[in-house]
Amino acid sequence: MKRLMNLTPSKPLSIFLSLMPFVLILFVYWNASNVRLAENPNDKLLPSFSQISSAVDRLAFNEDKRTGKYIFWVDTQASLYRIGLGILISAASGLIIGLLTGLVPIARSNLSPVVTIISLIPPMAILPILFISFGLGELAKVMLIIIGTAPVIIRDMQSRVLQLPSEQLIKAQTLGASTWLVALRVVLPQILPSLISSMRLSLGAAWLFLIAAEAIAAQEGLGYRIFLVRRYMSMDVIFPYVIWITTLAFLMDFSLKRLSQLCFPWYHDIESGK
Amino acid sequence: MNFLSIENLYKSYGENLVLERLNLTVEQGEFVSMVGASGCGKSTFLNMLLGKEKQTKGKIVFEGKELTQEPDAERGIVFQKYSVFPHLTVLQNVMIADEFSHSPILGWTFGKSKKEIKQKAMSFIDAVGLSPAIKKYPHELSGGMQQRLAIAQALMKAPKILLLDEPFGALDPGIRADMHELILDIWQKNKLTIFMVTHDIQEGFKLGSRLWVFDKIRQDPQAPNAYGAQVTFDLSLTTENSKAAAKELLKEAS
Repeated sequence: MKRLMNLTPSKPLSIFLSLMPFVLILFVYWNASNVRLAENPNDKLLPSFSQISSAVDRLAFNEDKRTGKYIFWVDTQASLYRIGLGILISAASGLIIGLLTGLVPIARSNLSPVVTIISLIPPMAILPILFISFGLGELAKVMLIIIGTAPVIIRDMQSRVLQLPSEQLIKAQTLGASTWLVALRVVLPQILPSLISSMRLSLGAAWLFLIAAEAIAAQEGLGYRIFLVRRYMSMDVIFPYVIWITTLAFLMDFSLKRLSQLCFPWYHDIESGK
Repeated sequence: MNFLSIENLYKSYGENLVLERLNLTVEQGEFVSMVGASGCGKSTFLNMLLGKEKQTKGKIVFEGKELTQEPDAERGIVFQKYSVFPHLTVLQNVMIADEFSHSPILGWTFGKSKKEIKQKAMSFIDAVGLSPAIKKYPHELSGGMQQRLAIAQALMKAPKILLLDEPFGALDPGIRADMHELILDIWQKNKLTIFMVTHDIQEGFKLGSRLWVFDKIRQDPQAPNAYGAQVTFDLSLTTENSKAAAKELLKEAS
């Protein structure tokens, strides 16, 4: 018998093992829901699958009577717009500032301490300031995501630049490159894959800040809806919304990963070779 | 006027004196091998020639002017490793040298100038024997091939001085012998002036037209860092006779 740490599951076994927890969770839920509903058919805590699907049907595939809109898709669109814009601005500023502070010592002395301090401010603590200064519109919510994620990305990018072997930077200079060209052709392409992985790691925080901001002040959005229907204990809406948010988060993570593999095959080859 | 002259050069890190009183001149076309124990300052000396480090005292005069205090295209370098760009293919790694000078804003070239650069790059890739691998990335190459690539890269700028920092130290013996042939061939064809740091004194003898041995002349056991290393032997290796004499001399000294 081999050691446990040396046993690798076969492909079918591995699929079975990975699916089992999901099936188990669904089964436990289904059972508990049945038990509660048998006791009290009006119980709202653990709605049955049919109740959940009718709620989804009502929100996603039927017009809202009051507004004439498909609420589920309006919420999705609003939230994706906010998180997408927030993450993109964070990534862009992280790339530019991180590259600058990583490569140029003067910029590092100038900006690195302030970025470090800002990254330590708990973003939720300054949410009121954002609402006061940027109003209750889109800007405040996007700003919260940016303030929450950009400093981390900037610091990550800076450390990636600093990790590049100095030999490479010197080599580029002996080939006649200016600071600008070293940044553009040597540093930038090498930190882009790290930018994508940094974005992937920041997505969790971005969703957290998005939902927090929407819970406090919004007219639509996935987080807004969850906190709105909480008042009516509408678990039949909250559950599918949470699953949908998780699915969106997964899809964003997955597509970023694919994008990175597609654009930077050399990076992933080196990583997997380690 | 000497091609390169080193005048009363000192280098120290704080209290720690690494090199002292270096007075040397080098003519164009020499191949200087630099050997010595670890930590004797031969790499520090190479870094000063490169412009990566600044001397504490003294001057390095290159073609009548003081050497620029930062790396530039006049001095090519091949390090032991990390000398090539991992995100570029072999061809791109060599082409980038001229793309830098042709396109100072975009850093990329297109159309006719790209074609010309490609042609030039291919000739150097050919010279180091990497033509079959132009589309490969550095991580797909062996250590020896990566060093060949680094040499081709350095040759693109036709540097007046080529600096080699233990370029073959990480290679297998068989491959190392091939690389020796290659570098001698390139040295003669391109009329380069080469400075090479090596651990391997045999390598120094085999390649160099001149051998510098770095060592401390003065030792103070109470303060081992009080005195720096100097070039204790400056031996010409241009003829078989001088090589034999140099070997004899070193044998006696040790």
